[in-house]
Amino acid sequence: MAILVIAEHDNAVLAAATLNTVAAAQQIGGDIHVLVAGQGCGAVAEAAAKVAGVAKVLVADHAAYAHQLPENLAPLMAELGKTYSHVLAAATTNGKNVLPRVAALLDVDQISEIVKVLAPDTFQRPIYAGNAIATVQSTAAVKVLTVRGTGFDAVAGEGGSASIEPIASVTDAGISRFVGEEIAKSERPELTAAKIIVSGGRGMQNGDNFQLLYSVADKLGAAVGASRAAVDAGFVPNDMQVGQTGKIVAPQLYIAVGISGAIQHLAGMKDSKVIVAINKDEEAPIFQVADYGLVGDLFEAVPELERAL
Amino acid sequence: MKILVPVKRVVDYNVKVRVKADNSGVDLANVKMALNPFCEIAVEEAVRLKEKGIASEIVVVSVGPAAAQEQLRTALALGADRAVLIESADELGSLAVAKLLKALVDKEQPQLVILGKQAIDSDNNQTGQMLAALSGFAQGTFASRLEIADERATVTREIDGGLQTVSLALPAIVTTDLRLNEPRYASLPNIMKAKKKPLETVTPDALGVSTASTVKILKVEAPAARSAGIKVGSVAELVEKLKNEAKVI
Repeated sequence: MAILVIAEHDNAVLAAATLNTVAAAQQIGGDIHVLVAGQGCGAVAEAAAKVAGVAKVLVADHAAYAHQLPENLAPLMAELGKTYSHVLAAATTNGKNVLPRVAALLDVDQISEIVKVLAPDTFQRPIYAGNAIATVQSTAAVKVLTVRGTGFDAVAGEGGSASIEPIASVTDAGISRFVGEEIAKSERPELTAAKIIVSGGRGMQNGDNFQLLYSVADKLGAAVGASRAAVDAGFVPNDMQVGQTGKIVAPQLYIAVGISGAIQHLAGMKDSKVIVAINKDEEAPIFQVADYGLVGDLFEAVPELERAL
Repeated sequence: MKILVPVKRVVDYNVKVRVKADNSGVDLANVKMALNPFCEIAVEEAVRLKEKGIASEIVVVSVGPAAAQEQLRTALALGADRAVLIESADELGSLAVAKLLKALVDKEQPQLVILGKQAIDSDNNQTGQMLAALSGFAQGTFASRLEIADERATVTREIDGGLQTVSLALPAIVTTDLRLNEPRYASLPNIMKAKKKPLETVTPDALGVSTASTVKILKVEAPAARSAGIKVGSVAELVEKLKNEAKVI
């Protein structure tokens, strides 16, 4: 049997999360096919064909798929998916949006956010904000899974030479339409792909003070994140949120500044290799997970850190 | 317009759960239970639509044990008009829950179904999308803004790179993200009034829905513990450690 991996992309570039999903598919074992559904997404298909371990790329190129509307995509994915043993997508907002719809059309349960493959039918996933790890087994004819990127090292984006095959069938359910989007433009790396992340919490006091973190981040080539408290307070936009309901990250170095360490924030970053906490409250729970803790005023420590780098 | 709001009884978000010694699950004995935070946002959004004169009736529904009546009463105190408990002692998966809700959608014919995007216990983030698929409705997941006009729902969604806005034909499914609204607290008079609002109990059998699952939980373990490290005395010491000990910068 073969495995179908749903490519994550914006019609121009294949998102890095796809490489982690392919890695999970390799651990399951079997021929790996990648579905690229979009509009004018030829370059994405070419990129997917070069990904190590991919045998075939299926391309559904049509206006109905331009904005990844799940009402149109799910029937296509379910139709293709029923001939595979597994259908996998990255646990991005896109994957989370469309894949349960695919699972329901296939009349199977979905297993969300797997972090480990134990056997082709047995997986591990965090529950209760990562305070417990469940081992789950699926008897479904088609196993539908979203993959948490931090659990799987990305496969190489080069070296493969898969065939590319167009898919003709088109579904336009006609019940939803794309209106617009506001995508944050940043020169800094993406949170989920960054090797170093500097994050700010309520202790930053306002959005302007995040400039302190941007300065440190730019010296380190780091991404900037935030706790839910900082996002809820309106300091920074929601796409910067790290946590149970925001982005799950596991960089080499995570620097938490003015973040107390609520359970739901720790759920999003505790798999980071090295954690640094800077907080004036020495009782803050963040220090219980930090490799290096600095108790002090962030408004003194952060500028000093920037100068020292 | 009738709005259906499915809600879930979960462990209170402030509780740090512990795994049972026999690895069969997490220990929920004597633990504080509450309305799932995202479901609370869903109820609030429905109530605001009613206050604006857009919604005419709000029906809350929960799939769970008899004790979930408590959370339904909370939703009624927040402003829902009546409640339905689909009683099931077993912890059901998202697909089974979506099938039960589909049966209720068929019966109640709501124009809008608002759900939380995920429950903070199973962290599945599936039920709304599955219900949308089974009902053939459009879906606006992870909503931070919702407007209803001209037989359509305009939903602004929180996505990885920022925000996306979609326009959905009604009936539609909306799942809530954190920034959609700030739920109110129930007032004492409303809590008293909620006790008199209708609450109907049905069984999955009565709805003619099979709740069989294709997924089995083999065991539940505590995650690998992360031990606290050291406190450094200065920024200089921190930089030195990161360079020479951790070697990450």
